[in-house]
Parts: sequence; structure tokens; C-alpha cells
Amino acid sequence: MYTAPFSYKKASNLSEALSLLQQNPEAKLLAGGHSLIPAMKLRLAAPPLLIDISKVAELRGIRREGDTLVIGAMTTYRELETSDLLKELCPIIPQAVSLIGDPMVRTKGTIGGSLAHADPAADLPASMLALEARIKIQGPSGSRVVEAEQFFTGMFSTALGEGEILTEVHIPVRPGARMAYAKFPHPASRYAVVGVAVVLDGNSVRAAVTGAGEHAMRLTKLEQALSGQALSAESITAACQGLLPADNLNHDLAASKEYRAHLVDVMAKRALLQAAGL
Amino acid sequence: MAEKVQIKVVVNGVEHHSEVEPRLLLVHYLRETLGLTGTHVGCDTSQCGACTVHLDGQAVKSCTLFAVQADGSSITTIEGLGSVDSLHPVQEGFWEMHGLQCGFCTPGMIMAAADLLNRNPQPSEEEIRHALEGNLCRCTGYHNIVRAVQYAANKMAGKVGVAADD
Ligand SMILES: Cc1cc2nc3c(=O)[nH]c(=O)nc-3n(C[C@H](O)[C@H](O)[C@H](O)COP(=O)(O)OP(=O)(O)OC[C@H]3O[C@@H](n4cnc5c(N)ncnc54)[C@H](O)[C@@H]3O)c2cc1C
Ligand code: FES
Ligand code: FES
Repeated sequence: MYTAPFSYKKASNLSEALSLLQQNPEAKLLAGGHSLIPAMKLRLAAPPLLIDISKVAELRGIRREGDTLVIGAMTTYRELETSDLLKELCPIIPQAVSLIGDPMVRTKGTIGGSLAHADPAADLPASMLALEARIKIQGPSGSRVVEAEQFFTGMFSTALGEGEILTEVHIPVRPGARMAYAKFPHPASRYAVVGVAVVLDGNSVRAAVTGAGEHAMRLTKLEQALSGQALSAESITAACQGLLPADNLNHDLAASKEYRAHLVDVMAKRALLQAAGL
Repeated sequence: MAEKVQIKVVVNGVEHHSEVEPRLLLVHYLRETLGLTGTHVGCDTSQCGACTVHLDGQAVKSCTLFAVQADGSSITTIEGLGSVDSLHPVQEGFWEMHGLQCGFCTPGMIMAAADLLNRNPQPSEEEIRHALEGNLCRCTGYHNIVRAVQYAANKMAGKVGVAADD
């Protein structure tokens, strides 16, 4: 399959990418290409210009800055999956990433591409919400930081404005926190039919779900039921009942609204049991 | 609009300078421009893995990559993995363990399996199956493919070249 014709520019740094984007408002950024290229092949997208930002050094890598883990937007899944820093300080990211697609998808796909694309069935958004990550965005007139919860605004839509680039993901370091992601994969595509991320930090429980609705969301009912409680198999099972009403959930060939609502309960329970080591 | 782009790639150790249309997929560059038809196109929709090659040592689906994205990179295809006189251990494993029937998926399977063994030289059966999730085979039922990868892992570790359960 051939995409529509387009021009191609490889940005060598962030300011070049920003100015190319400003001069060509119809252009699209190219990260790993693993959502964009399939869409272009199906001619669902036909941008006149692709600005390849995957090699921009400022947008790559994982580092610790004080109490924050800073992940460059163009860091690939493979780099996230094998990062010793993340395995030590934020193991939910390597764990969730290891369940994305397949190894070839993980060679090319990037955290920034996934978050900017905001596929309702993407895996990483759930962990971003449960970790209370902050998304750094650079635009023509400077940079700003958005809470993950405010970043996802709808199906395939985010807080990113015209001419803006997602540059970094900031994750608070939570020493001693326990965390896990449980996913029910779509049998063919491997995307999340439902995926739940939980972070247990002292007495507080943070949880979020992807795949269920238009975009990833916090499971506030679950957080309120379990925060401050002693976690046991019984208390977890009791809390994971009817977490989301079926009415507003997604429905497709893989799962009805009612089945998705059921899966939210089951995946939340699995993630909690795994994080709590029960 | 859509002006051609100059790229430099090293494929199986040979340097190539080409001028390509940006929309040319890497798999078509390999097959049609360079004549390396060992890399197959199965689905063309990023699902089947028949088009798997190594880009700077890591497995990728070459149907989901433009050739321009590979500029400056080093690529290995099935033709560059081993030779007829000296098969790569994964190729030998597929031969010995009957890891193929029609052979259509085989180049991609072998490239994905070789990538796995680079990352994890002694994978469990479960790890092998998980690592081959992006490679579909319509013939074998996968069991002999898993045995072929186990054969290769053992061979590369200097053990007698047999699958674990033989
Ligand atoms: C076979 C297959 C299976 C998959 N399975 C899964 C799965 O199980 N779970 C899952 O979560 N995902 C899955 N994916 C999707 C994969 O994770 C994609 O890689 C990801 O959604 C997009 O990341 P990318 O780097 O490839 O972005 P691209 O495809 O390059 O870009 C996606 C979109 O985001 C924009 N964009 C990219 N970077 C930025 C930026 N820094 N700032 C602003 N906008 C930007 C682009 O312009 C484009 O519109 C799968 C994909 C394939 C092909
Ligand atoms: S042809 Fe590339 S994944 Fe099927
Ligand atoms: S051997 Fe025929 S598709 Fe795998």
C-alpha cells in the first residue's frame, strides 16, 4: 500500500522542528510512525509534509532530576522496557510497555507518540494518570506543563494546540511505592480492551483505566474505597465491584459496554493484587 | 511537493546511496530497489511480521517504516543473517526442527527470533511465544517454531543442538 505523496524533513533539533511546524500548519510530526503510517496507508491521513522528530537528541532519554523522572518524548518503548532506572523507580512503565503490541512495534513506538495520539485503547495513558505524571509541551511562544489528567481531552484528542510539540513526561519519584498494570488485550490487535494501572503509595491508592471510555480516566470510586484501608484479598475484592457504570463506556466487536464494565472490575482487582503482592 | 530524498544505508554490510520518494516503504526499497526479495510482504498492515528486518540491530516491521527513516542506519535482512554454507543458528534450528511448511512467514520469524536471542539468550518457552506475538504463521501451528528457537538458543550457548524436550 502506498500513502499519498508527501514531503519529508528530518528535524535535527527542537527549535528546527518548531519552526518547520509553524511554517507548515498542515504538516504532521513523525515519531515512531506506528500509529501514523498505518493511518496514512489507509489514507485516513494525508499530510503534505512529515517532520521527523524521532532523532532529535533533546527529546530522547530517561533521567532523574531530584524528585522527578524525566522521560524524553522520543524515547522508544524498547528503551523504556529495558531502563534500569525505571525498573528501580517506576516499574509500572517497563511492565506496561512489555505488553504493548509486539517487539517490533516496541522498537519504533515512542512514549510521546503514544500520548499525543491518545488512542482510547492505548496502554500508557492509564499509568500516566495513576502516576500523576505531568506532560511538558513546547510551542512557538514557550513551554507549559499539563497534568496528565488534563492532557487527555477526548478520543484521539489532547491538550496539544496547533504548532505544539510534546517534549517530556515528568513523573514524581515515589520511593517504596508499589505499582502494577493489568490488561485484557484485544485478541487480534493486542491493544487494551481494558487496562488498569494502580500505584500504592503509603496509605494512598491511585488507579486509572484505559480502553473503557473515550480516554483514560482515574478510578476515583476505587481510590476512595481503598485509600487508608489495609489491603487484603477480601478488601480488594469488595472494592472492585461496579467501578464504572456501563452507560458511557465504549462498545465494539471485541466487547459490549456491559462486558467492558465487568472487565474494569476484574482488571482493577488483578492490578491491585499484583501491586500489593497478594 | 514530494521531492526525492537522498539516503545512505548499509544493508547486509554493503553501503548504498539512493534517491527515494519519501513515501517509499523500507520493505519496497529492499525488495524492489535492492532486489533483496527474502523479506516478504504478508499483510502490509503491520500485523503479520513477514517483513521483519533488523534496523541498527533491532527488529522492525519494514512495511511500517519509510525508507527515509532508515537513512544513516545499518540494516540486516534474512539474506545477511547467515549463508548457505554457514547457516545462522536460528536458520539451522528451523531446518532441524521443521520450523516451517510453506516458508512464507519464515524470514520474518527468523529475524524476530534472532532479535529475541540477542536480548535474551536463554528464553523460556513462554518468553519465546511472547516475543513472536507479532509474527503470524498460517501453517505450522507454532510448536516447531518454538522448538527451532530453543534449538538455536542451545546451539548458541554451546550446548548440543537439540530442543529442550527432545
Ligand atoms: C501492530 C501494532 C500493534 C500495536 N499495539 C499497541 C498496543 O497494544 N498498545 C498500545 O498502546 N499501542 C499499540 N500500538 C500503537 C503504538 O503504540 C504506536 O507506536 C503509538 O500509538 C504511537 O507512537 P509513535 O511513536 O509510533 O507515534 P506516530 O505514529 O509517529 O505519531 C502518532 C501521532 O502523534 C503525533 N505526535 C507524535 N509525536 C508527537 C509529539 N512529540 N508532539 C506532538 N505530537 C506528536 C503525530 O503527528 C501523529 O499524529 C500498536 C501499533 C501497531 C502498528
Ligand atoms: S507485511 Fe509487515 S507486518 Fe505484515
Ligand atoms: S510456514 Fe507457512 S506461513 Fe508459516
